[in-house]
Amino acid sequence: MTDASIPGAAPEAQKSSLLVKDAHTKKRNAAEARFRMYGLAAVCTGILALVLLLTSILSNGLSSFQQTFIVLEVELPSEKLDKTGNRDRAEMAKVSTFGYQPLIADAMERKMSERGIALEGLSAKDAAGLISKEAPAQLRNFVLANPDVLDTTQTFEFLASGRVDGYYKGRVTMQTAELDKNISPDQLQLADLLLEEGTLETRFNWRFFTAPDASGQRPEAAGLGVAILGSFYMMLVVLCLALPIGVATSIYLEEFAPKNRLTDLIEVNISNLAAVPSIVFGILGLAIFINFAGLPQSAPIVGGLVLTLMTLPTIIISTRASLKSVPPSIRDAALGIGASKMQSVFHHVLPLAAPGILTGTIIGLAQALGETAPLLLIGMVAFVREYPSAPPEGFFDPASALPVQIYNWTQRSDPAFVERASGAIIVLLAFLLVMNAIAILLRRKFERRW
Amino acid sequence: MPVLWLMIAVLLLATAGYVAGRHRALASAGNDPRDLHSLPSYYGSHVFIMTAVPAFIFMMIWLLTQPLVIENRISGVIPETAISEDTTRSLVMADVRRVAEGLNLAVEQGAMTQEEASTVRAEFTDIRQRLGEVGVALGTNVEPFVLRAAQQYRELSASLSTWMTLTVAGLAIVGCGIGLVRSRKDFRARNVVEAAILALLMLASTIAILTTLGIILSMLFETRNFFQQYPWHDFFFGLTWSPSFSGRGGASQLGIVPLLWGTLYISFIALLVAVPIGLFAAIYMSEYASPSVRAVAKPLIEILAGIPTIVYGLFALITVGPLLRDYFAQPMGLGESASSVMTAGIVMGIMLIPFVSSLSDDIINAVPQAMRDGSLGLGATQSETIKQVIVPAALPGIVGAILLAASRAIGETMIVVLGAGAAAKLDLNPFEAMTTVTVKIVSQLTGDTDFASAETLVAFALGLTLFVITLGLNVLALYIVRKYREQYE
Repeated sequence: MTDASIPGAAPEAQKSSLLVKDAHTKKRNAAEARFRMYGLAAVCTGILALVLLLTSILSNGLSSFQQTFIVLEVELPSEKLDKTGNRDRAEMAKVSTFGYQPLIADAMERKMSERGIALEGLSAKDAAGLISKEAPAQLRNFVLANPDVLDTTQTFEFLASGRVDGYYKGRVTMQTAELDKNISPDQLQLADLLLEEGTLETRFNWRFFTAPDASGQRPEAAGLGVAILGSFYMMLVVLCLALPIGVATSIYLEEFAPKNRLTDLIEVNISNLAAVPSIVFGILGLAIFINFAGLPQSAPIVGGLVLTLMTLPTIIISTRASLKSVPPSIRDAALGIGASKMQSVFHHVLPLAAPGILTGTIIGLAQALGETAPLLLIGMVAFVREYPSAPPEGFFDPASALPVQIYNWTQRSDPAFVERASGAIIVLLAFLLVMNAIAILLRRKFERRW
Repeated sequence: MPVLWLMIAVLLLATAGYVAGRHRALASAGNDPRDLHSLPSYYGSHVFIMTAVPAFIFMMIWLLTQPLVIENRISGVIPETAISEDTTRSLVMADVRRVAEGLNLAVEQGAMTQEEASTVRAEFTDIRQRLGEVGVALGTNVEPFVLRAAQQYRELSASLSTWMTLTVAGLAIVGCGIGLVRSRKDFRARNVVEAAILALLMLASTIAILTTLGIILSMLFETRNFFQQYPWHDFFFGLTWSPSFSGRGGASQLGIVPLLWGTLYISFIALLVAVPIGLFAAIYMSEYASPSVRAVAKPLIEILAGIPTIVYGLFALITVGPLLRDYFAQPMGLGESASSVMTAGIVMGIMLIPFVSSLSDDIINAVPQAMRDGSLGLGATQSETIKQVIVPAALPGIVGAILLAASRAIGETMIVVLGAGAAAKLDLNPFEAMTTVTVKIVSQLTGDTDFASAETLVAFALGLTLFVITLGLNVLALYIVRKYREQYE
């Protein structure tokens, strides 16, 4: 802006100084600051959402790694558990868990009278109600496994019932217990007395990682054993299928494929498959693998196949990127000393691209591990208590998977399952964290700049 | 597992063939590798491939067709009269298969002898009880014709398995022999092996096409079955969704409109959350943030993309849903439900933030620096440059990113299953529970499903609709992005 161009403006221009901001500049600067703040606010909102999400999951789920146990000495009279007295397992198996229930009630009563704990209006049955409904089954399994323990007194560590457990985790209070038909305030007082006296304790819960799922009435016994094993089997299937197929596809497309219609079609297909909703893969699995090929429902092999198809595009895309990053001079050098095209790829390019391929594979596996929707459709939601057997037969046995187990627990009415589900998510996120950390470490360590 | 053993045997033979082929070729050149056409290991690999590949391909084809052949033959044995009104041929076949498996199990556990299993008569023996003893629970008593069919089923599958074993073993041996005979020093083993590997690579790359084909064919086939039972115009234009599993027949109303409405409403709210936050985050990180801030903030936001959707679902269910209900919906009198369009929309929006932000970040970074410099040099502030130069230049790419995010939102399942509710409604209130296409696919296909009823088959029609919508959005988005990218390259 020169004075010469606008003659009439000359006196005005003298008034404004470069050192004093006029109103227009102030407005523009304010707009600038505002805009910048919007950006900062957006970034902060994103991070805040992450923090909120993690806090919510951690605060709900961390307590599932703790569990309340009650230690009792139980008499195992043979006249009740083995009526014929010949220690025959088939005979003893006829005594159902109902036959073991009174033994626990007796043990509880004995414990209370021994330690001089008495509460008015609390029957022995109520006192035994502190113990999980899983306990008789635990007792029965132990006796059937070791018949010689009959007629002795054994010390057992029973799970406390879900409500008692919840009381020590703040989920159940005296007020809620008033309204609850599964627990009474008197029972909670008894639990407090037992805690003081050392019979009852809360400590780290290994069973959460190893035990199978349990029915809706006994959240305290539910664990992730079958789900972790099922997820592991599926990841094995995915690794064994997706890695070779993905690498083979990438090598063909990147190194050998002529530029023609078929190649174009394959490329378009791969990029579209990467964006197909995961539930559509579930429909595919149901229609092709279960209805058409007749594979069993809920089996890790079917889940693995579906997840393989889902992970393939991820692996192909990252493998192609790392093949592309190997400089052409390597190929030229190999060809120059007489290697065939195939030899140059398999002996030189592929080993150099391996770290990138591995990283992509791990990230693809991590994605597959967290996928839920397609597994719901192939029957993985079924209630499975039996561990699948060892591979290869185990691939065809019904199993659960970590994310599906979480979904399953959210569908149950007992609030204790919310804690379990959050705990399971922590386990799932821990697995994902480890996998991604390995991928990042691999990339850092082996990445080569050409 | 005879198949597994057969595979191991073939592989062992192939490995032996490898060693033998290598030896033979070397011997033919007088143990001087320089006289060979190819490296010795190629001769070995050649024999290996000749042994294993034809045998395995044949085995795979046989295993795929064997059930179809058996099914066809056995289903001819079942008399027409046995298929009464309340059963179908496929149900009877399922019974036959179960009984046959039960008989196999009984023989395996020693509860029955092989001979007994093939001659036992339903008229004289209580099959149901006998099979119950070995742990095979049958719903009803076994009809004589079912048992006879099951026995034939067993015989047929046993004889077919024997034939397969013999043929596969024969193919492997013949292949191995031919390979060994050809292993002479002038044989171009490398060319043959490399051609075989190339064929394998090509085969692997067709799997992508096969998958797409599988998706489309399986859904088209079942959708056609569905439209034979249910008129297509009622499906696409029907305003009510009320499937009835109890009253089969015309009682169900399966209109897709309320589901599509829920899907689009939730996706719209999700985009309303994700697009401004994602876009502003991308702008801030590419234009304003110092490298150190960027190095921390960008990975943190991208963690959101790596979190499985089930985690977001639980977050919606236990945190966001109750929060919205207690602080917004109930005080304003808008609803009592924790699962609502708003809950699912907000949580899905959070999930999409990194998706929008990282795509837009790439696109904004692709805008040439000269354009920024030109604008700043004219005296524009940074925000003016962004608003008037960079965003318009990047707009096609940003629109592409938003379309991709929309396609993700429409196809998302777990967040809406846990956060949106199951009631199909046409409503404007965002605090009301509504449902989506994906939720209904899950609910119609989990649990006991009968693939003859319209209530189950509708899921395939829903899936096909979903597939077509998301595919359309993706193709459009990729087209826009690609077109834009060419502009500056």
